Amino acid sequence: MTETYLSPLWISLATVLTATVITFFAGIAAARWMAGYTGRLRSLVDGILILPLVLPPTVVGLGLLMLFGKNGPAGQLLSLLGTSVVFSWPATVIAAAVVSFPLMYLNARGAFEQVETHYEDAARTLGAGEWRIFWTITLPLAWPGVAAGAILSFARALGEFGATLMLAGNIPGKTATIPIAIYFAVQDGDMDQALILVLIVLVISFASLAALALLGNLNKRPVRAGVIVQTFKVD
Amino acid sequence: MFTKLLPLVAAILLIISIVGCAAPAVTVNVSAAASLTDALKEVNKLYVEANPNVTVTPNFGGSGTLQKQIENGAPVDVFISAAAAQMDTLQKEKMIIDDSRQDLLINKVVLIVPANNPLNISDFKDLVSDKVVKIAIGDPKSVPAGMYAQHIFDKYGISDSLKSKLVLAGDVRQVLTYVESGNVDAGIVFLTDAMISSKVKIVANAPDDINAKVVYPVAVIKASKNVDAARAYEKYLFGSQAKAVFEKYGFNMAGK
Repeated sequence: MTETYLSPLWISLATVLTATVITFFAGIAAARWMAGYTGRLRSLVDGILILPLVLPPTVVGLGLLMLFGKNGPAGQLLSLLGTSVVFSWPATVIAAAVVSFPLMYLNARGAFEQVETHYEDAARTLGAGEWRIFWTITLPLAWPGVAAGAILSFARALGEFGATLMLAGNIPGKTATIPIAIYFAVQDGDMDQALILVLIVLVISFASLAALALLGNLNKRPVRAGVIVQTFKVD
Repeated sequence: MFTKLLPLVAAILLIISIVGCAAPAVTVNVSAAASLTDALKEVNKLYVEANPNVTVTPNFGGSGTLQKQIENGAPVDVFISAAAAQMDTLQKEKMIIDDSRQDLLINKVVLIVPANNPLNISDFKDLVSDKVVKIAIGDPKSVPAGMYAQHIFDKYGISDSLKSKLVLAGDVRQVLTYVESGNVDAGIVFLTDAMISSKVKIVANAPDDINAKVVYPVAVIKASKNVDAARAYEKYLFGSQAKAVFEKYGFNMAGK
């Protein structure tokens, strides 16, 4: 009994944590790249990266299915390697990562653009390489925004349903994440199962909101003189 | 003063005369099992041609979902489910007009695979093979075709070995789509579903004793606002024109 109630929780946690790790690095990388990119295609690339945020999840799901399905380009490539992602656990990660990516990307980019460029420029005059500047100056200063992006994309990945159902299907014990389990539990008339899962999601969601609020307080703290001193340290 | 009011009065009279001339329109809301999608649409078209003042609004889906909608107050007049279970539940909850419940159709359950049958499946028992990775069935707890599929697995003693391969769908037509797409290796649907698709192949029939249990009951919902229209529609379903359409799609009338 507990196995049925908790299996969606384990699947969701594994899916969401994996997807958030992926979107965390992918979002930061994309934001870093786009912050410095001033080419003519900027709006177009930006639009493509943000697209999953505004499209209905079923449209995203259909797109992913056409990409990874038996007749899709990625699907055919994978079948050459002997695997397929449709109706498998990795599909839940793909769906969750794709829909939550725009949130990480937007927040990270906004945070990077707010970092005062004179800190980075000062470091450059002192001979620091771009990577070092990014890791020791830009990212720490942008941290509250980047962390907010991570929390939002975590929450979005947790609630993902439409695209997940289309790409990963409903396989209890393998791809049935919490939202999918709730939907089918209601269809089956299993209200106990549905309510327990709803409760779990509410607890996790409130925790995410609390974390966001804490970050909001961090954001309001003024930048201290100590930071400026640190950027002038040369090793 | 009068000349200013005249256009307004003329407009009002025009509207009243148009509305007054129309025959009282009746809408019959029919919730029907997904497997009836094509057949019932055709039956509805014939019904509306014969009864122009009636509009039939169909709602197709998994019988369990439809049952839940009715329980939660959806404005349904007639319900046709793909198994007795959902109708039994509504009857126990006193939501249908008892004397309107009748068995309408019967159907058969079949095992289907993508049209070219790449894995050479020829029987339900072939599903336990390692080369069969994913099998689509309706969710046994709410979809009749899924329930029958589970019965077949139980009968052949293969339920446990197949458990991790099952992809559960919300209705039988979704199972059909999964098999058509080739993203699953096999699926269990009704004969009538397999017949409408050229992208799947029937490789096995369900055992006779399970097929014998397949029945589509129909009933008028007690909360219906158009009981007379609902009963008239239900009566039409048992008539010769509807029968011809159902049989064209591979159904058989129940009881006869």
